[in-house]
Amino acid sequence: MKRIIPMWIAIIGGFAMMLSSFIPLAESWGEVFANVFNVVAAIAFVLGAGSLAKQHLEKLSRRDAGWGYSIITLGSFIVTLLIGMFKIGIHPNPNFPQAAYSGSNNTEGSAWSWIYEYMITPLTSTMFALLAFFVASAAFRAFRAKNTEAILLLVTAFIVLLGRTFAGVVLTGWFPEWASGLRLENLSIYVMQVFNTAGNRAIMIGIALGVAATGLRILFGIDRSWLGGGDA
Amino acid sequence: MSAANFNNTNAAARPWFERLDRIDRRWIFLLMFLAVSGPILWIGVTGKTLPEAPTLAARAVFQEIDQLPARSLVLISIDFDPASAGELQPMATSLVRQCAAKNLRMVFIALWPLGNQVAQQTIQNVIRDDYPALKEGDDFVNMGYQAGNEAVMKLLLTDFAKAFPKDSRGEATSNIPMLKGVKMASNFPLLITVSAGYPGSKEWVQYVISACNEKMNFVTGCTGVSAPQLYPYFPQQIVGLLGAIKGAAEYESMVNASLAVDGVATAPKYLQAQRRMGPQLVAHLLMVGLIIVGNVIFFARKRRGAA
Repeated sequence: MKRIIPMWIAIIGGFAMMLSSFIPLAESWGEVFANVFNVVAAIAFVLGAGSLAKQHLEKLSRRDAGWGYSIITLGSFIVTLLIGMFKIGIHPNPNFPQAAYSGSNNTEGSAWSWIYEYMITPLTSTMFALLAFFVASAAFRAFRAKNTEAILLLVTAFIVLLGRTFAGVVLTGWFPEWASGLRLENLSIYVMQVFNTAGNRAIMIGIALGVAATGLRILFGIDRSWLGGGDA
Repeated sequence: MSAANFNNTNAAARPWFERLDRIDRRWIFLLMFLAVSGPILWIGVTGKTLPEAPTLAARAVFQEIDQLPARSLVLISIDFDPASAGELQPMATSLVRQCAAKNLRMVFIALWPLGNQVAQQTIQNVIRDDYPALKEGDDFVNMGYQAGNEAVMKLLLTDFAKAFPKDSRGEATSNIPMLKGVKMASNFPLLITVSAGYPGSKEWVQYVISACNEKMNFVTGCTGVSAPQLYPYFPQQIVGLLGAIKGAAEYESMVNASLAVDGVATAPKYLQAQRRMGPQLVAHLLMVGLIIVGNVIFFARKRRGAA
């Protein structure tokens, strides 16, 4: 049952979505399933939160390596959850002054907006910014002209790296008009719009064919690998 | 001889390229830090930015918004979070600024959980601060975040109110004056997204723009890593494309030029993308230098090995 019921949900939902794109009368079916999907997606957040709590509580109870980080994760999670749920520091909506929790979490000066502005924003930006340091180190150690393909990649990287900055204008901006196609900023656009587009289109067409084939296999119940293991 | 002395002697005996190849990566981190922080400080002190020559893709974004009649409805999807704000926030700021200056009616939505807060902050920084005459509900509205990714997009094609039953303040969609008469996504002549990945620009093309029976124009701004995947859609499905901070700087310079007032300096918040091109220039030059040095080492080792 654990495999058969989800399989039939996928088959019915999949066919409804597909038919809704081709038959005008079936348009509302797709709408119903899209609505159901939105509800399921919202429930997935609850499951995600449960899974996070379970994983870190287990790590804590076993005193695994780095269990201290689990305390920080769980603590941040619980504090943010409570602040968001109980709308701490948020006044009721002026339209519904009697309803204590009618205010919006977006209210400026609320605890939630403070967390967003002074914790989430700097922390996530810092994590993303670290990428520049590791990319530089990796470029130094790994970007070597070992063969023809690597040389082509290197030349392309130089064109794009220089062409996407003012360096391209300084280095090749003096080229005469008849040779303007060779200016680095124009070469960079050419690489993106011609070579990159051609390569990406080939990949996208391949992926689309693969998705269509896999989709049909799931719709007809031939491919059941997505159900995972477990009892039938 | 102590172990430390032995190691030092051993290191000194190595050829120069071996020593350079084994350089502590923290030196590279330091170089990158200087490459980025130097221009930030210099631009911060002098206020100077590098000139930008807008490309066709950036010009198309500007023109697409510019040609819309006043009071047109624009759907703006904020599909990124603070992690990508360094690259995408300047785009969002300039896009909203141009829409506000053109007196377009803006409907903000978010398919990323933190997109709602990003939209709210953009509304605060641009609309509330610089266009206070615009009223929430009449001229702009933030519908907030909706879970469901592509399912929300599909629902938008047939029923806007079902996809977003209320705005971020809790006001029912049916009670919002500017949304009277809006039934589905195709009621918006222009869709603008600023996207950092999934769900984002690619999904908007696949599930909305390509599936929409009526003509709906679409312009988008995206991160550098996702730009290559979007070029195949330009200029048919995606009419205008802003790729990474470079695209943002080009577009920002056009918006600033169009809204410039004689004798009044542009506020720093509207120069963020152009200011970031300075650190990007030096960081890119450093990357090119590191790649060249890395290859010099590679060929020196190869030569030594062959000899």
